[in-house]
Amino acid sequence: MVTGGVTKFAKAHPSMDFRLMVKRAYDYALRGIPNLTRDRIDGTRISYFSDHFSRQLKAASMVQDYLGLNPKGSVRIEWGGATGGECFQAAYEAVASGRMDVCLAAGYETMSRVKTWKGNEFIALASDTNFDFPLGGFYTGYYALMVVRHIYEYLRRSRFAHVTDEREAQRLAIAEGTRIMSLVSVKNHLNALHNPYAQYPKKLTVDDVLKSEMISYPLTREQICTMSDGAAVAVLCDEARAREFTDRPIRVLGVGCGTDTMRLADRPFGQVPLMPHEKAADYVDLDYPGVHSFRAGRQAGLEAYRMAGVEDPVKELDFIELHDAYASSEIQTYEDLGLCRYGEGYAFTESGAPFLKGFDYGFPVPEAGRIPVNPSGGLIACGHPVGATGLMQAVFAQWQLQGTIKKHFGDGTLQIKNAHRGAIHSHAGTGSSVTVSILERGYRP
Amino acid sequence: MTAPRAFSKFREVEAELERSGAALFRGDDGQESLVIDFPYSIRYIHSYAEDTPFFLGLAEGKLRGSRCTRKSCGFVYATPRSHCMVCGSATAWMEMPTRGRIHSWTTCHFGSEAFLKETPYNLALVEFDGAGSLLMVRLKECSESEIYVGMPVEARFDPSPRYSIRDVWFVPASDARR
Repeated sequence: MVTGGVTKFAKAHPSMDFRLMVKRAYDYALRGIPNLTRDRIDGTRISYFSDHFSRQLKAASMVQDYLGLNPKGSVRIEWGGATGGECFQAAYEAVASGRMDVCLAAGYETMSRVKTWKGNEFIALASDTNFDFPLGGFYTGYYALMVVRHIYEYLRRSRFAHVTDEREAQRLAIAEGTRIMSLVSVKNHLNALHNPYAQYPKKLTVDDVLKSEMISYPLTREQICTMSDGAAVAVLCDEARAREFTDRPIRVLGVGCGTDTMRLADRPFGQVPLMPHEKAADYVDLDYPGVHSFRAGRQAGLEAYRMAGVEDPVKELDFIELHDAYASSEIQTYEDLGLCRYGEGYAFTESGAPFLKGFDYGFPVPEAGRIPVNPSGGLIACGHPVGATGLMQAVFAQWQLQGTIKKHFGDGTLQIKNAHRGAIHSHAGTGSSVTVSILERGYRP
Repeated sequence: MTAPRAFSKFREVEAELERSGAALFRGDDGQESLVIDFPYSIRYIHSYAEDTPFFLGLAEGKLRGSRCTRKSCGFVYATPRSHCMVCGSATAWMEMPTRGRIHSWTTCHFGSEAFLKETPYNLALVEFDGAGSLLMVRLKECSESEIYVGMPVEARFDPSPRYSIRDVWFVPASDARR
């Protein structure tokens, strides 16, 4: 990866349609690289999630057209919430296969074209329309079902094992779980105060998060990402071209993708695919993945780590841009990606390990800086224009690895010192598909 | 026709569209964008195809699951599928118990547009003895403070079926702690 660009994500960009948004991100990306002119691009991979939001079929052709890239090859990529992450990997594959020397990955979403609750309906159409959608058509409801079980598996049975009244124990566990999820929400919103691209940067307290509007018990508004308009692009190329274009290229060290059943109800009860630091004995009583964990995320992580030669992600990665559509799914994903064992996500959050060092979050974060997660603010604070989101993560990761956060953000506070290797994680459809890509600095500083 | 009115807040543009069908959005830079109301509706001709017996079953007050026909597998699906995802063999229809337990649950205070008027409503994943998968349903006749994982529940069926998953819902069983 040699360059990227992002538009500021916003509730609505009525003065730009999707073509112009992509063009703005594209121009930003190319501006910094004099040798990378339009004629050097061999083709594109273009991503947007929903034809319903666009109300324009084959909208990717119109992006290709607007950028003046005809008659070069192009394919539209769609993979639910992981659309942007999958687009990044599709561009990687186009180059890795030798089909292209230089490939542009471009993504966008214009979710403001319908009202929020209609938008929720479109998103929920990515659930089984025979069995799931007619029950309420509501993704937040599905993620609430998943986290209630996660809390039952991992907090009720540990921290509240001593409470004999079952209902009381479950209430206490849910209160504890939502308190810890709020730490994630505070983190991501606060980090975003230094990210000019973010849609909802703000300083919140745990109490603010808990007292925000209840959307689907126990998930409150501040624990959930919102609808956005936005675009992002990334340019990938082979090594020879990369060195010609920039003296600070980023190497794609590993890619992984995993899947799971569309229906939550079908997630089979089997065994955990183990990370190198885990043993089968850790999980003898665990029915996996159930609805409490994302097997697709575990699979994507395993594949990407294997390809990249990563054995201990906490030690070998300097940061992760993680698909936190919900504060709950960020905690669930810590476990899937092997940042801690299954069952340790809440304690891992409380340890402060995924927080940035030197920030005042309003509560103690003793291990801050161990493996910062969502230094940019993530989806919760940056927004989630679906087709752009995974590419936005790639761009933020590139800037971290190049040490150019200050240049692009106009504020270097979020720069992780000497960030050498990071991961981006894109997640779709209640965990039905997930991508993980490992990026590394491809030059000696 | 009068010229469209201009607004600097997108929210006001949305409201104006409901009144007059067109509005101008004025950005911070003074640029004006014309925004119009653009309705779209569609009636789908939706076949339940291989899932049909499940939905016909609901109309008869029955919950139909499916069981893998391969002896060495025999996986039981509470949400039926006509081929086994474990081994790929065909499944056979079977009648499920109408009593189960809450595997997980939530109370939705919002929903997508079509369901907003029904809020708040409860969703539950129900587990059944002998089944390897779950069933997602609406849970009625109980409130957020009463529901718990493990709660025994039983099915109720709509006497005037609409051939939808909504023809069945669950309620707390008589021996559930309320």
